[in-house]
Amino acid sequence: MDDLIQLLPKLGQATVETLYIVALSLLFGGLGGLLVGLGLYTTRPGNLYSSRVVYGILNVIVNVFRPIPFIIFLAAAQPLARLVVGTGIGNTAIIFTLSLAATFGISRIVEQNLLTVQPGVIEAARSVGASRSRIILTLVIPEALGPLVLGYTFVFVAIVDMSAVAGYVGGGGLGTFAIQYGYRQFNPAVTWAAVLVIILIVQAVQFLGNWLARKTLRR
Amino acid sequence: MALVSLRDVTKTFPPSQRGGTPVTAIDRVSLDIEAGDVYGIIGYSGAGKSTLVRLINALESVSSGSILVDGVEINGLRESELRRLRLGIGMIFQQFNLFNSKTVWNNVAYPLRVARTPKHEIGPRVDELLSFVGLSDKAKNYPEQLSGGQKQRVGIARALATSPRILLADESTSALDPETTQEVLALLKRVNEEFGVTIIVITHEMDVIQTLATKVAVMDAGRVVEHGDVFDVFSRPRELSSQRFVSTVVRGVPSPSELAVLRERHHGRIVTLSFRDGNTSQGDVFLRLAQAGIEFELVYGGINDIRGQVFGHLTLALRGDPPAIDAALSDLTTTVEITDLGVTSSGSGA
Ligand SMILES: Nc1ncnc2c1ncn2[C@@H]1O[C@H](COP(=O)(O)OP(=O)(O)OP(=O)(O)O)[C@@H](O)[C@H]1O
Ligand SMILES: [Mg+2]
Repeated sequence: MDDLIQLLPKLGQATVETLYIVALSLLFGGLGGLLVGLGLYTTRPGNLYSSRVVYGILNVIVNVFRPIPFIIFLAAAQPLARLVVGTGIGNTAIIFTLSLAATFGISRIVEQNLLTVQPGVIEAARSVGASRSRIILTLVIPEALGPLVLGYTFVFVAIVDMSAVAGYVGGGGLGTFAIQYGYRQFNPAVTWAAVLVIILIVQAVQFLGNWLARKTLRR
Repeated sequence: MALVSLRDVTKTFPPSQRGGTPVTAIDRVSLDIEAGDVYGIIGYSGAGKSTLVRLINALESVSSGSILVDGVEINGLRESELRRLRLGIGMIFQQFNLFNSKTVWNNVAYPLRVARTPKHEIGPRVDELLSFVGLSDKAKNYPEQLSGGQKQRVGIARALATSPRILLADESTSALDPETTQEVLALLKRVNEEFGVTIIVITHEMDVIQTLATKVAVMDAGRVVEHGDVFDVFSRPRELSSQRFVSTVVRGVPSPSELAVLRERHHGRIVTLSFRDGNTSQGDVFLRLAQAGIEFELVYGGINDIRGQVFGHLTLALRGDPPAIDAALSDLTTTVEITDLGVTSSGSGA
């Protein structure tokens, strides 16, 4: 217990690091996933920018990369991380790789949620002369906003989960903290403290997400 | 010059699977719709009605043939020109297709924003439209808080926002109960009469045609098999599919099985009198039969009213002196069309 008290400042720092990693990954991965998801949705045969070729390519890419377990993906993507962000280790590398992995995962969630928008609604917008880009921005996304918010909340939790392995490439955060000071030092109290903080973060975000979704759905 | 003019229009959809056969949804259709018309399009499911109207606002493109809207060929227009065309053509739908994420007010404002209407004009225009459809008090509500009839009225307000000259209504009352249907039809009638909007209304409900339409086209398997004034088509349907449609609301000459039932219950000579020209008075016919000393009984049929013109078929059982009946009938042939179904064998009127 004394150890834990001594470690409190480190726990605080680890929490901040986790929030930092998760927030940036959610930002980049969220944007990337939104774009790829929109790409999947709009190019799907019969949709606004219907294109069998583009849809096929996007579909294969997402299907290939999405199921790779993150810890393997992390190792495999290291050369790419070096190329793009200049380093293969540390928080920057983990944020890059997390964003990439999240992009694939989120794109499917975005695609599925956009597909819930009734084709008739899009037809109504076309019938008043709205352009395709206007329809996507002012109609498709707002119509699917409620489920999208819930989808992103779900992704947030998944990213917190994935970020725990940051330690493998020299990154920080609660996962690293729990392994380093709890597991390796045979100090379960420290591990459990990290777990507790993670639970609190996840609960808070889940609550926020539900509240936002309810607000956009107005039900 | 017709407002909408279709010439030899064909629309073929590619097969859904590789190696399947393409679907010809519209097959060499030619049709002229004049400004101010309320043009009904009827036909069974899959006849191609929806596809036909979707060609008019270019939601689908024709495979061959030409469509002129207000004298402009729309086949081959660029996407930006098509958007301008659509601003002049409103559309309402069976499932209303309102934007659920927007308030009633914003639903109606949407086409105006698309049309880049100046902001200070959007407000008054939306208010005016909502008051026209009687929903001023629902402006801030969301569609899911409205009844079906109210949703369709929002749909109508949205479709009329940019003051289009043409309104396409695809099964616009099919999801509504009879009373609400009448409300919406009355509103559409006002749209036509007060704003002079030409309405093209697809329906499988004869009621809608009867109360609203001035002209009608009957579609069957992608073709327009019959078209013309509603009264003409309904009182003298030439094609089998039109006859089947008309028979759902208008009882015609009894079929052999119906005739057998009638013969069991009524004796005498059974004849069907067909009133087709809109002016013949039933009273006049009955009076002449009575004057000839013929006893008659109305056994089957009905009379319909389309915009003040009367038509229908009445089947009578006549009893009396056979030569007198013959004489009376030949006298009546000048006023009504008579189908002689003969004398009941068991109990002849003599
Ligand atoms: N996008 C499409 N792709 C392929 N086939 C289509 C498409 N749209 C319509 N069809 C086919 O074209 C034919 C006519 O369809 P349409 O929807 O115009 O009929 P409808 O008369 O409106 O029927 P309903 O009364 O059921 O609405 C049908 O055989 C239909 O399967
Ligand atoms: Mg249809």
